[in-house]
Amino acid sequence: MNDVIAEIKRDYIYELAKRSERADGRALDEYRPIQVEVGLIGKAEGSARVKIGNTQVLVGVKVQPGEPFPDAPDTGVIITNVELVPLASPSFEPGPPDENAIELARVVDRGVRESGAIDLSQLTLPDGKVWLIFIDVHVLDHDGNLMDAAALGALAALVNAKKPCERYGYGPDAPLPIKESPVAVTAVDLDGEIMLDPSLDEETIASSKLTVISGLQGALAGMQKSGTGTLSVEEIARIVKLASSKAMQIRDDLFGGSTDG
Amino acid sequence: MEFMKNGKRIDNRLPNELRPIKFEVGALERADGSCYVEHGGNKIMAAVYGPRAVHPRHLQQANRAIIRYRYNMASFSVEERRRPGPDRRSIEISKVSREAIDPVIIKEFYPRSTIDIFVEILQADAGTRSAGINAASVALADAGVPMRGLISSCAVGKVDDTVVLDLVKEEDNYGQADMPVAMDVRTGEVTLLQMDGHLTLDEFEQALELGKIGCASIAKMQREALIQKYRGEEDE
Repeated sequence: MNDVIAEIKRDYIYELAKRSERADGRALDEYRPIQVEVGLIGKAEGSARVKIGNTQVLVGVKVQPGEPFPDAPDTGVIITNVELVPLASPSFEPGPPDENAIELARVVDRGVRESGAIDLSQLTLPDGKVWLIFIDVHVLDHDGNLMDAAALGALAALVNAKKPCERYGYGPDAPLPIKESPVAVTAVDLDGEIMLDPSLDEETIASSKLTVISGLQGALAGMQKSGTGTLSVEEIARIVKLASSKAMQIRDDLFGGSTDG
Repeated sequence: MEFMKNGKRIDNRLPNELRPIKFEVGALERADGSCYVEHGGNKIMAAVYGPRAVHPRHLQQANRAIIRYRYNMASFSVEERRRPGPDRRSIEISKVSREAIDPVIIKEFYPRSTIDIFVEILQADAGTRSAGINAASVALADAGVPMRGLISSCAVGKVDDTVVLDLVKEEDNYGQADMPVAMDVRTGEVTLLQMDGHLTLDEFEQALELGKIGCASIAKMQREALIQKYRGEEDE
């Protein structure tokens, strides 16, 4: 995303990084305050608003019966989309999803899918249809680290979601079969200092970032390096370890260690 | 599905063995640089045009060249016909592949211009983004684009709880994890890293190490292919 940043600010952030400090006073591995509210969109089967500092995303989950993919008749379907709407940043423009929105959506989707967060085999319906789960991420305010906010929003909205069985005549409404709790942690590397939850300024001057998605046991479910910078093998190994333990902490704080019910 | 038998994989390879790879430098006439690669069942053509003028002009940068990368799958490249044109998958792959190559190109030499990289997947058999990046890297060198190094890429993954190098289609589709890596082997800088599936932290470290080894072998082949072509020209 093409945000510009003044040279002087860039130098300032680099100078701070050399002393292991950050412009907003956080520790290198410290997140901005995370706030999750669920169920604020009554029309959606599940919803969540996630704020990480000033970054804000709203995730709506729609669940409806539909046709399965022909090659997987006994599994439910997940479809993930991200809208980088122009109200969220001066650098976003109207139009169909660009590569950034598509990348974001696909990383969120992979986290949910590959971690097995939803047991798709439990989404079949008696009439040969399956539940289709649409995860739509609406970015409202882009102040850095959209990846983690979107992934967290998707998880919270899924946990909050109910299958609307009653509306379609399949018995009483029921929660989705949630089996895992994938949490994304994004890091940037500034001059050898690894920072978690990069702010917009930090993410703009760092030439690349690494998102690590891990599950309840700390194992990895997904990863994505993004941006034109490079990372050494050692840096990557450090980030992955740090991210996996940070994800546990975030999960404990927000969901009390479990996502059941 | 059973992937490992007596330490061998479904195509009889060892866990740390690459598929057969063949580079053909300068396979196309009109492009400024090109490379055809066969990597196992993958057949991929890469072409480079530029540095050349940027259209549309508002994309141009005053102090450097821009890099564009188009990864495109032929409709006949896979079992079930693919609808032609970019889908979400190929848009993402184009983005991460561009970012994988971009760091080694010396863009400051060509302000206001573009270097366009086109990668056509003619036949796909897992690992197309990696094989495409390998071919693109060689095509850039063939075009004479100044670079700090060559980018080499391969996938690592996990099947039957074993970390393996360079997945084939079945291993990719039904295996436990897939992790494409790209790097400049000379400096050890990783320029692409993606992963999906399930890896413990130990398995991840093993996988990254194996990826490094795979990239190093590929880098050697890329170099040799380039040297072979240009040595031939000197002799004539």
